[in-house]
Amino acid sequence: MSVGALSRRSLAWVVPVLLLLVILPFVVEPYQTVLLSYGLVFAIAALGFNLLLGYTGLLSFGHSAYFGVGAYAVAFIVKYLKIESMVVFVFGGIAAATAVAAVFGFLCVRYTRIFFGILTLALSQVLWSLAFKFFWVTGGTDGLRVPTPKLLGGAVRMAVGPSADKQDFLSRRYYYYVLVLFIICVAVMWLIVHSPFGKALQAIRDNETRAEFVGVQVWHYRWVAFLISGAFTGLAGALWVPLNGLTTPDILHWQFSGEMVFFTVLGGFQTFFGPVVGAIVFNYLKTFAVGYTVYWQMLLGVVLVVLVLVLPAGIVGTVNRLALRLRGTPAT
Amino acid sequence: MSILETRQLTKYFGDTHAVDHVDFAVAQGEVLALIGSNGAGKTTLVNLISGLIPVDSGTVLFEGNDITRASIHRKIELGIARSFQLVNLFDQLTTLDNVALAVFSRDGKTRRLLTVSDADTAVRDEAMSVLQQFGLDARARMMAGGLSQGERKLLDVAVAYALKPKLLFLDEPTSGVSTREKAPIMDIITSVVRSGRITAVIIEHDMDVVFTYCPRIVAMHQGAILADGTPDQIRTNEQVTANLLGAQAGP
Amino acid sequence: MDILLIHILNSLLYASVLFLIAGGLSLIYGVMRIVNLAHGNLYAFGAYTTAWAVGRALGNAPAASPALYLLLPVGALAAAAVGAVLEPTLLRPLYRRAEEYQLLITFGLLLILEDVLRLIWGPYPLSVSALYEALGSLSIGESIYPTYNLVVIVVGGAAALGLWAFIYRTQFGVVLRATSQNMRMASALGVNVNRVYIEAFTLGCFMAGLGGAIVVPQQGAVLGMGVDALILAFVVVVIGGLGSLEGALIGALMVGVVREFGITFFPEVELAVLYLMAAVVLLIRPAGLFGRT
Repeated sequence: MSVGALSRRSLAWVVPVLLLLVILPFVVEPYQTVLLSYGLVFAIAALGFNLLLGYTGLLSFGHSAYFGVGAYAVAFIVKYLKIESMVVFVFGGIAAATAVAAVFGFLCVRYTRIFFGILTLALSQVLWSLAFKFFWVTGGTDGLRVPTPKLLGGAVRMAVGPSADKQDFLSRRYYYYVLVLFIICVAVMWLIVHSPFGKALQAIRDNETRAEFVGVQVWHYRWVAFLISGAFTGLAGALWVPLNGLTTPDILHWQFSGEMVFFTVLGGFQTFFGPVVGAIVFNYLKTFAVGYTVYWQMLLGVVLVVLVLVLPAGIVGTVNRLALRLRGTPAT
Repeated sequence: MSILETRQLTKYFGDTHAVDHVDFAVAQGEVLALIGSNGAGKTTLVNLISGLIPVDSGTVLFEGNDITRASIHRKIELGIARSFQLVNLFDQLTTLDNVALAVFSRDGKTRRLLTVSDADTAVRDEAMSVLQQFGLDARARMMAGGLSQGERKLLDVAVAYALKPKLLFLDEPTSGVSTREKAPIMDIITSVVRSGRITAVIIEHDMDVVFTYCPRIVAMHQGAILADGTPDQIRTNEQVTANLLGAQAGP
Repeated sequence: MDILLIHILNSLLYASVLFLIAGGLSLIYGVMRIVNLAHGNLYAFGAYTTAWAVGRALGNAPAASPALYLLLPVGALAAAAVGAVLEPTLLRPLYRRAEEYQLLITFGLLLILEDVLRLIWGPYPLSVSALYEALGSLSIGESIYPTYNLVVIVVGGAAALGLWAFIYRTQFGVVLRATSQNMRMASALGVNVNRVYIEAFTLGCFMAGLGGAIVVPQQGAVLGMGVDALILAFVVVVIGGLGSLEGALIGALMVGVVREFGITFFPEVELAVLYLMAAVVLLIRPAGLFGRT
């Protein structure tokens, strides 16, 4: 991924898209805004996930762990600390997810590829089964409810009570809260992947041995990447709970990990914005399809197989290639 | 004092001595060739010293320090670098980025998370100057995966060179490259090595290259050192001609 | 004392099934360097197919006749057939590509198979306990033990022996081992690597299907059994080493024992104990007890 030409062109898209995102609540019905909020939340998770896959070459099948830990952290803050401030939720979610990522990462990053994938899957399943077994703590399958939080420590007036107000809250104030955090996440991740650290990660992805022989301690860097990835995904989980109102063990299950893999690949894991696009598109796809068929997993599976065989660059990747070809530049 | 010294360095693969109690020393600033038929132990010796594989017994001393069990990272910090026989590059990074990464790493800047790498002009300029020395500056913005074989071999060396090492191991820098390209590549390498006052150990099969560019030659056979001397001494050494050059003899 | 014996037998039962699944996984990896994430679903497919076939037959027959037991391998054959179709169509195109794609496509397969099972057989479990009960039980001291379990143990042991003989004593086994050690060399020597691959893959799937087939009378076929089995199979190969059949056997035995005694004495954390064991092995011997990298 060369920064120069492609990034400048990507950035040209950014301004109109941003404008669109900002004025959205005023032009569409609240349901659509809330739906997009979910998309933005998953996009943040996708950014975190792809730091590992696209930039470090590590395919995790257990990222639901960090999303779920972020979500449950929020639920625990509500249940046990009786705090309902979004700021605390955000920090708590990030802290908890990063802590778990630190431990899991320590175990997982000494391996690559297959073993890495297996380990991440197994560890996330352990968390899932714990969420079940310790139902007196986690609420078991009923889950834990989370009410609408105070934004910015109560500085923003919020609505409690009838669902109409709640929807208004979600589609206006909460949407902008999520949007701002989304923009911050995109900016931070963009910096990270274009930093010397980011280059070191890509070097590790391309050639682990050479990276070691250039003085980059592979294990170390992978671990740090894992932490950052966990933090972003945990933040997404923390943002998700107030939207959903509830967190259940499902969010820790490998199925959700699979969805994260799917939407990242769908958008194109070899590009920066691919996973973001993939997450948002996926969110719409799922909302649409779930109403039509029970065999949602099969649909995902088929699309994934087709993507791998035919369109490995994903949506954004393929668009990029077409754009390059239209310009007459040979695709590198 | 020798910059590098090995004492009774040994490595077994199963029952075979890939490297058999080798005593070997290199003086600072030397440019020497390591020759031998396939399986003689040259690459294994370099792999042991550079840290790619662990030592079974014996010691490796670098500038007097025992680095036998030191980590790869530590060895690089101390000033040892190497290139690879089968080109090892970061194919999805640009030529410039390949070298820049080495510079960033050397300067300890790879820890920086929140600064844009392209914005670091000092590193970029230094990387460009390395590319110029290797004649690769025209390819700076090209993906390393898209370079020609000769260019890739040069880049492989350039990346190691960018670490500003004191001791540089070059593993068959001209293998897989057409005969006409060999001399230009070796010219660049030797000029860069001399001007940087780098000690270089070059594994090579092409005896023309060896005799032309290397004032000292160490010949290995079945894991041990067979002979060690100047090109003339090696050329006239009977054991060497029997075991190695015989196979290379041509019209 | 009899209780101990029963625990041991249960461990062996468990290990038998695990060996078939993990052994298949390891075999495929050993020969082809592929990890099929849908492997557990082939085990599930074997279970469902057998349960269905036997159930249909039972519908006609008055009672469980011995002939019905001959139907058990149906699941194994079905799984093998699926494998024989999958390898050339979905896996072969990816051998030259980065490993991530192989994982992604087999993951897609996992998702597809999960829903295929639901599509064909619905969301409710299938059971053929008639076959299980028909064999009655044995007395062990003062306790009784289902005879069928012993059948499973015997089948597992026979499979281990048969596989060992096949790989170390037959011509095909030699070819298999050569290909697994050095694919290019084998190919240069005239081995038809494509055929070896499809045969190895089919054999691995056969084993997984067989595991499902023999266990289904004892525990029925239920959605989700595939991934549960996959994760346990992974624990087995982590401990035993990926690519090694001895490793799969030892790993299966260890997991079988730990799980049996874990369920009895520490039911809450039985799963965690298993993972702990795997984590310890990974830290000490990353390639597994018998593994090669």
